[in-house]
Amino acid sequence: MEGELNALVIGCGRVGSAIALQLHQEGWDVTVVDENEDALSRLGESWPGTFIVGHGMDADLLRTAGIEEADAVVVATDGDNTNIIIGQVAQKRFDVRCVVVRVLDPARAKFYAERGLNTVCPTSVAIDRLMDAARTCAIPATAPEETEEVVG
Amino acid sequence: MYAIVAGGGKIGANVTRSLLQMGNEVTLIEQKRDRFEALEDEFEHQVQRGDATELFVLERAGIARPPDVVLALTGDDEDNMIIGQIAREKYGVPKVIGRVNDPRNQPHFDLLGISPTICATSSVMALVEHEVPEHDLIHLLELRGENLEIVEVQIDGDSPSAGRSIEALSLPEGSRLISVMRGGHAEIAVGSTVLEAGDQVLAILEPGKEDELRRVLLRR
Repeated sequence: MEGELNALVIGCGRVGSAIALQLHQEGWDVTVVDENEDALSRLGESWPGTFIVGHGMDADLLRTAGIEEADAVVVATDGDNTNIIIGQVAQKRFDVRCVVVRVLDPARAKFYAERGLNTVCPTSVAIDRLMDAARTCAIPATAPEETEEVVG
Repeated sequence: MYAIVAGGGKIGANVTRSLLQMGNEVTLIEQKRDRFEALEDEFEHQVQRGDATELFVLERAGIARPPDVVLALTGDDEDNMIIGQIAREKYGVPKVIGRVNDPRNQPHFDLLGISPTICATSSVMALVEHEVPEHDLIHLLELRGENLEIVEVQIDGDSPSAGRSIEALSLPEGSRLISVMRGGHAEIAVGSTVLEAGDQVLAILEPGKEDELRRVLLRR
């Protein structure tokens, strides 16, 4: 197992569990933390990684989960503020170099991104993608006619 | 003075009332509808409904002025830390006071520079320690910003320091005796002060020096 990368995933909802499974498939050693024991079922029948029941704000629990040896920490609980605090604790207290934090509110995601926290905002991503989709839908209906007019 | 109070529970509501009675300008922010409606009856336009960790809610309450102080008093420690950080670091609010609900979160507040903080549990425990001492060294005050603390030590007949002057004691580096309480009277501790059994000594020291101080004064 030497040389294997360690990942800690906090929050095992739809996002956290999918990330944990993918990282595991890519060869990472993955530890998952969630407050709710039932969340383990999201990781399938035979999760080979570690699963710890507890709150990510608990520094002792983070140590037990191996945060001091973690190469990457992904924080994706259902609470923006909880994620932001846990992310900062991982970064500033435990010196984890790669910390990624899910923040649904674009305003808070931007503010903390400016302060050096690697935030990912699904809301902003959704807005961008929906806007792109809406724009590309509009093009075939109007653009060819305009082009013909210009050429003609 | 202008203050924004986040969280309209028992503490937030009482603090708001007191600040208003003192003639201050206050905006209270409460998220829960039922609680907000009850507060609105009393505070009228001085209470606003919303999530105080949302930037637009804080801006609506006038955080950009900025207020002289923001009190983050919600029942959620994460929210209080976020409110404190945003107030100080985004809007330059000069003073932020944070409520710690779970004392285990105190290190997180310290890490993020939210200071001063107030924690009811810790205050009760400090009182219990003071009123019902189980230890010979009692923490009276933590000066987090200064990285110093003030403790009280009870000198008894077995203490090696009893009968000796303070200058003759080799007190640990980073500690000083402040005062000696004897027979109901306190005196400032000076080098020539001779300690006696029954003295209550106040000392100021860097955190972590308690054991050394205890050894010198009490040999324990």
